[in-house]
Amino acid sequence: MKGQYLPLNMISPGRKVKLVAVRGGQGIRRRLNDMGLNIGAEFRIVHSHFSGPCIIAVDNTRLVLGRGMSQKILVEET
Amino acid sequence: MRKELTIALAGNPNSGKTTLFNNLTGARQHVGNYPGVTVEKKEGTLKYRDYKIKVVDLPGTYSLTAYSIDEIVTRNFVTEEKPDVVIDVIDASNLERNLYLATQFMELGVPLILALNMSDVAKKQGTKIDKNRLSELLGVPIVSTVATKKIGMSELLDEVVSLAEAKIESEKIVMNYGKEIREELKKLEEVLKKDKPLIEKYHSRWLAIKLLESDAEVIKKAEKSSSSEEILGAVEKSITHLKGIFNDEPDAIIADKRYGFISGACSEAVSRNYETRHTTSDKIDKVLVNRIVGLPIFLGLMWLVFRFTFKVSEPLMGWVEVMQESLGNMFGGILPDGSAIQSLVVDGIIGGVGSVLIFVPIIFLLFLAMAVLEDSGYMARAAFIMDRLMHKIGLHGRSFIPMLLGFGCNLPAIMATRTIEDRKDRLVTILVNPFISCGARLPVYTLFIGAFFSERIAGNVLFSLYVLGMIVAIVMAKIFRRFLFRGPASPFVMELPPYRMPTIKGLFIHMWERGAVYLKKAGTVIFVGCVLIWFLSSFPWHPQYSKDYNTLIEQAQENEELVSKLENEKAFEKMEKSYAGRIGRTIAPVFRPLGFDDWKMSVGLIGGFIAKEIVVGTLGTLHSVGEADEESKTLRQALQNQKHSDGSRMYSPLVAYSLMVFVLLYMPCVAVIAVIKRETNSWRWPIFTAVYTTAIAWIVAFVIYQGGTLLGLGGLLK
Repeated sequence: MKGQYLPLNMISPGRKVKLVAVRGGQGIRRRLNDMGLNIGAEFRIVHSHFSGPCIIAVDNTRLVLGRGMSQKILVEET
Repeated sequence: MRKELTIALAGNPNSGKTTLFNNLTGARQHVGNYPGVTVEKKEGTLKYRDYKIKVVDLPGTYSLTAYSIDEIVTRNFVTEEKPDVVIDVIDASNLERNLYLATQFMELGVPLILALNMSDVAKKQGTKIDKNRLSELLGVPIVSTVATKKIGMSELLDEVVSLAEAKIESEKIVMNYGKEIREELKKLEEVLKKDKPLIEKYHSRWLAIKLLESDAEVIKKAEKSSSSEEILGAVEKSITHLKGIFNDEPDAIIADKRYGFISGACSEAVSRNYETRHTTSDKIDKVLVNRIVGLPIFLGLMWLVFRFTFKVSEPLMGWVEVMQESLGNMFGGILPDGSAIQSLVVDGIIGGVGSVLIFVPIIFLLFLAMAVLEDSGYMARAAFIMDRLMHKIGLHGRSFIPMLLGFGCNLPAIMATRTIEDRKDRLVTILVNPFISCGARLPVYTLFIGAFFSERIAGNVLFSLYVLGMIVAIVMAKIFRRFLFRGPASPFVMELPPYRMPTIKGLFIHMWERGAVYLKKAGTVIFVGCVLIWFLSSFPWHPQYSKDYNTLIEQAQENEELVSKLENEKAFEKMEKSYAGRIGRTIAPVFRPLGFDDWKMSVGLIGGFIAKEIVVGTLGTLHSVGEADEESKTLRQALQNQKHSDGSRMYSPLVAYSLMVFVLLYMPCVAVIAVIKRETNSWRWPIFTAVYTTAIAWIVAFVIYQGGTLLGLGGLLK
């Protein structure tokens, strides 16, 4: 649903999303930033398990996010 | 006279930096360590035009924060060693993310060239990059390269030379962080200027930016400064001010501005024409990373790796043994019989070198297999698959590979922990690895199981030992993680590189890198250790014998059996009275609570410090069985018949099991200790490992023996 902010691990695979916010300290935000996931970054979910790590496609890269991470990343479906 | 240049290669992981480095330096590479840290330092040289160029391959990083050792090493190298040129290798198919690192080099003010690598992939992808326009907008020279096809190498070097020769500071584009941040930066720079030595070393603008970002390392430098109070006070003010305006941390804003700058430049110079399609990699991943099928596929692959490694290395190890024997015979023939020098060369040195070379085929093959998995991109998927399980133990997905390798040999296993980024995770993985029973301990198990357990349950006993090892490793990992290395699990974000076909050259270089290190370092330690053991067990050279063996042997010349018996007796007594024997006898009582009070076993265990295979050979000699190996019937019988001073049998199945548990868990061989020292860059951890593993071994064996005795299991299980 557009307009809603959801944690990443709740989005089904195949969807495209935009990163809206990160719930977490500097460490997590920086790490994500470094990998290209800044606020406003758009990416696609390749793989997602509710309780496990998930794979996303940003640009031409695939990133794996640990399970703790995907819960803390808030996105909006595009 | 040749002019000299130093250039540094930096870039994101998977940007092709290493391929580029290999292109430039070929075989003229050298791997070392940055002082004080476990980060590898790769250097190489090349000659171009009339320059001798030293190339330093910096670790792959996404950024230059103070959060990881790789990043700190990279930026320290750049600011302190001041290379003539820094080449940032950019993956053109991931332009924006890769440029994030480039902007940080620009902030550092270093002479920078961007190598737009993988431009073939970008083209195929439909991305068109106007190299010249981009270069104009960024204020940095850009060269297109395709490292895998060696395209663009000489253009790159030409650019390097031009940049190095241009003594004039080119007009650098200063990134626009927006009015508010610019003002605060100016204020901070004013205050920073008061500390002259600091400014001379680092760009004042860079320091100001880092301080606003609350960079831990730069803050430390500010604290040490003469004007620390002023500086830190100004920083706090600025940060508070900015937080008030933006309602967010300055470092987030700055990161945002960097991406904004990049976006702006790219929107002008880059045109994109691609939709997200399913690439081949994604298709492969659907199967390999699949929840149901992924794990079995992974385990299957691992099993294959092991079979391959051990099967192929067996004949090679056989060759080494044959070579060892013939060398031994050769020298034995040349040198005077029965002399110390003969013994030193044949037993000490050739025996010593042999035990190092024995490892070589296995280690190189394991590294080759790992190189295949890594270069093809599969390793990242493996870490992803194992992460769930490893997490429950408190470890990382990447910890699984070293654990697995440990079943073969702990040496390459510990070296493999290099892929684990988080320092704490890595240390814990290293510290518990010795509990994974390595191949060298197997002969001891085979010997004792064969002697004291019926064939029916032999297999289960062996299996139980391996399982026990794993359990102890898991428990200790949890304990370490909880008490010694507390801390949240590091945020797990990892890139999955696309699958690619490894190149033979790349595989060979990777295999050789790791193997050569093993040879060099561990080789010296094992070698010295073997000579030491030889010395301890061979001296005093002429002890006080209980019989005049020499005379007796001469007399018995015709009777081969008698001669052999006498010689064995003589060898036995010599060892009994040697330093090693004396040490063994002093230590033996320590093992009494574990059920075995046997000086011969103690000597064997001491030999096990050097290499676990030595244990069986030593026992053979001490039981006067001459050439003994684990299949040796007579050695088994000798052990079965061994008695205490009071006449009762020394070994029962329970005692044998307690002993094997001790061998399973106690201190790893010297080579492993040496490697731990190398990987952790301090003596603290290897010594700790030696002590704590032995302590745990003693405790567990104690519990098993005493517990078993209490439960009346003493005579059972035969």
